[in-house]
Amino acid sequence: MSTVATPPPPPKKVNRVGLEVLSYKGAKTTLCAGCGHNSISERVIECFYELGVDPWRVGKFSGIGCSSKSPAYFLNLSHGFNGVHGRMPALATGAILANRTMLGLGVTGDGDTASIGIGQFMHLVRRNLPMIYIIEDNGVYGLTKGQFSATADVGSKLKTGVINDLPPFDCCALALKWGATFVARTFSGDKKQMQTLLKAAIVHDGLSVIDVVSPCVTFNDHEGSTKSYSYMKEHEEVLHELDFVPSYDEISVDIPEGEVRDVRLHDGSHLRIRKLDRDYDPTNRLSALAAIEDAEKRHEVLTGVLYVNMEKPNFLQILNLAEEPLATLPQSKVRPPKAVLDEAMEELR
Amino acid sequence: MSTLEVSPAEPRLSESGHLVVNDFSIQVATVNGSGSQTANTVLMRSIFQMGVPVSGKNMFPSNIAGLPTWFTIRASKHGYIGRKKEIDFLVAMNPETAREDVMKLDSGATVVYDEPLKLDQLRSDLHFYPAPFDKLVAPVCPDAKLRKLVRNMLYDGIVAWLLGIEMDEVYKALVKQFGKRKAKAAELNWGAAKAGYEYASKTYTKTDPYQVQRMHANTGKIIIDGNAACALGAMFAGVTVITWYPITPSSSLVESLIGYLKRFRIDAETGRATFAVVQAEDELASIGMAIGAGWAGARSMTSTAGPGISLMSEFVGLGYYAEVPVVIFDVQRVGPSTGLPTRTMQGDLLTTAILSHGDTQHPLFFPCSPEECFSMSIDAFDFAERFQTPVFVMTDLDLGMNNWMADPFQYPEKPIDRGKVLTAEDLDRLGGFARYKDVDGDGVGYRTLPATNHPAAAYFTRGSGHNDKAQYTEREDDYIHNMDRLAHKFQVMRKHVPAPEVTYRRGAEIGFVACGTSHYAVGESVDQLLAEYEIPASYLRLKAYPFTAELIEFIERHQRVYVVDQNRDGQLLSLMRLEMTPEQIAKLRSIRYYGGLPLDARTVTDEVVRQEEK
Repeated sequence: MSTVATPPPPPKKVNRVGLEVLSYKGAKTTLCAGCGHNSISERVIECFYELGVDPWRVGKFSGIGCSSKSPAYFLNLSHGFNGVHGRMPALATGAILANRTMLGLGVTGDGDTASIGIGQFMHLVRRNLPMIYIIEDNGVYGLTKGQFSATADVGSKLKTGVINDLPPFDCCALALKWGATFVARTFSGDKKQMQTLLKAAIVHDGLSVIDVVSPCVTFNDHEGSTKSYSYMKEHEEVLHELDFVPSYDEISVDIPEGEVRDVRLHDGSHLRIRKLDRDYDPTNRLSALAAIEDAEKRHEVLTGVLYVNMEKPNFLQILNLAEEPLATLPQSKVRPPKAVLDEAMEELR
Repeated sequence: MSTLEVSPAEPRLSESGHLVVNDFSIQVATVNGSGSQTANTVLMRSIFQMGVPVSGKNMFPSNIAGLPTWFTIRASKHGYIGRKKEIDFLVAMNPETAREDVMKLDSGATVVYDEPLKLDQLRSDLHFYPAPFDKLVAPVCPDAKLRKLVRNMLYDGIVAWLLGIEMDEVYKALVKQFGKRKAKAAELNWGAAKAGYEYASKTYTKTDPYQVQRMHANTGKIIIDGNAACALGAMFAGVTVITWYPITPSSSLVESLIGYLKRFRIDAETGRATFAVVQAEDELASIGMAIGAGWAGARSMTSTAGPGISLMSEFVGLGYYAEVPVVIFDVQRVGPSTGLPTRTMQGDLLTTAILSHGDTQHPLFFPCSPEECFSMSIDAFDFAERFQTPVFVMTDLDLGMNNWMADPFQYPEKPIDRGKVLTAEDLDRLGGFARYKDVDGDGVGYRTLPATNHPAAAYFTRGSGHNDKAQYTEREDDYIHNMDRLAHKFQVMRKHVPAPEVTYRRGAEIGFVACGTSHYAVGESVDQLLAEYEIPASYLRLKAYPFTAELIEFIERHQRVYVVDQNRDGQLLSLMRLEMTPEQIAKLRSIRYYGGLPLDARTVTDEVVRQEEK
């Protein structure tokens, strides 16, 4: 562990924008007790609080499913849009184009993303739209009582004894191959890793895809499931140890020689990646894919930063979009003067 | 290039001495991909420049090259610009259809044709003008590869001579069509047009009666297709987020818009775009993005046709229930399913009015002309934000893709209306708000935009059950209260949608109700009924749904009301029936055309006469 992490400020308990953690909370969860999704909601609250993100600047997006209910359980002071099944990327894309100052936070599930929504997910990835895209991945449909989704592993068993016989989509592999610029996998039970990844995603100026294995305690946490707490405890392969140093943090710590890779993120924050038992270069797409492929063969679940790309332009840059929000441009900027209409008419005479 | 080499045409009398001036239709039958579109546009524009009211209708296949295409030009001194059912003047260039095209003509019609087709052997009651196109094109187009494209311009010259269209106008139209950048192509085509003209002047003796004579009916007018007019409307409405998926016949709407936006909506100071255009992966995504953008405060739109409407169904329901402004252009084409993608139909009137599951109602705007495409597009954006709901602008292939004469568009005088949006300052004053509370009695709540810097600004938008405060609810009373408010909002819209255009005729027992491009056939049919059958008929042209009080009054004041539909099932009629009393419904009659061509007056007139005689 590095010595960089700063504990939350003790006495008054407000963050750097003067808000208490209460300002980052949401409604009481209605998900099952012990649901991995609730842990993720807690991480969201902590990270946005700790980084001092103004909640009003955040736009929450979700599709349909247990996962997609969770935006109601955090960031009450942020606008949220719970849309239709599998189409959250479209809503988020439109909203962020309308107001690029918004920090988009999408929360979705494996059914929402990999089954019904795979098309929109892939196109979101392709566009590298700047937003955070969290997949709460439990391999199963909760709200409809326990059918397999498209991330369920071959051979995984439902409570009813049904065995999954189709291979899963690996959303991280898809995301890093086709254009997302920050791709990570984590486990809802790993508080520290999830926090670090989420903070990096918050400051990343491109599409951040975080696949969180988040066990469904009701329908997919039994013997024979590959998305259960016990399976993850046995099969999780942590790639590296991570630390996040925010841009405003004035404590400068020397980067230890050799073992630590320092990634300077878009806003000047740093992601410190400390090697564990293997060399892993998250800036190399090909080796990232190879590592995922390899882990799959060995029935391991790789967690950590799988891929990061700081160079690729995001969708807003490609569109040469105005800096100020399109949503609130004044009439003088969006309705051309009469001379323009006259010119257009003259051309048509 | 000079136009002086060809002298202006002398008026030529036909043998009988009987002339038909500025009142006939020309049909050009070609193969698509052969450059005929250029020749046809130039021909139409030449007549337009002669000051004669004109319309052009392209009947083309869903194909890139090699299938039959027909282009119909109608010149009408009376200003009738709907399709004319009868063809008076045929230019037969397509060997595959020439025989059938000729056999369909009424006696006395005129045929210009490619000589090897030997069409004059088919009938003796027509005026035939053969021309050896291949022989004529070779000397004016040395490059054999280009001949296929230039060849059609010959008939422009031939027709110009036969009809007395001034070659100066043909030249001007050509230059307009090709623009400055394609001067070389224009020159080549001009050579072909002249060759056709010279051949005709040396070879033919005019026997047919058709003639173009200069008028001054088009002074100041423009020529534009409805899609481009909608695009201009959207730009002057201040659209900021445009999402789409290519589909005939709507693609050119967004393509025109992109062209205009790139020219006129790049911020001069920053060089940045004040708009975002996304070609989405499908229509589900394009409507989803447009709704996301509308929710976040952009003026957003998408453009599509029937198949896209079907795909958008779920999201439009979300837009209705979550109350998000968005404008959807539906350039209707022939369905069901893929249908006839390049033919016209009012095919989506019912679907769009109640698109999506559950109880939904959506306002529809029905422009009938380029002028209305422009002005009603602007209105639609204001309306969507004023009522926080998806609004459909319903055009069709005929209006969207064909060229129309129009008056220059009026610059919008009214400032942009962004509807009920609360700012941080408003929230300071009010202390808070309930998103779906009907404060003003019009059913429309106040909204805040995401990223409004105020602790009371946020609310949670959802497609699931919600109460006034936008909180999740499954309570019976909450649900009913909310649905009743939405229904009330729709009732309020009646007073704000564009009112119909109504013409009452003295002594009229019957009246017409129509919308969109049915207008041209109905307007002409009203005249035909009076002139030919002494049947006076009133006419109400709907400009929007929900319907307004004028419609009820109109029905009350007539014995029988003919509802004109360009679809098989009488969709407009069905929509009207949904809100009429049994007594009113009993007065409704139906006229339906669904062959995929623009509706013509004769079809309407014949059907009225048939039903009236019963």
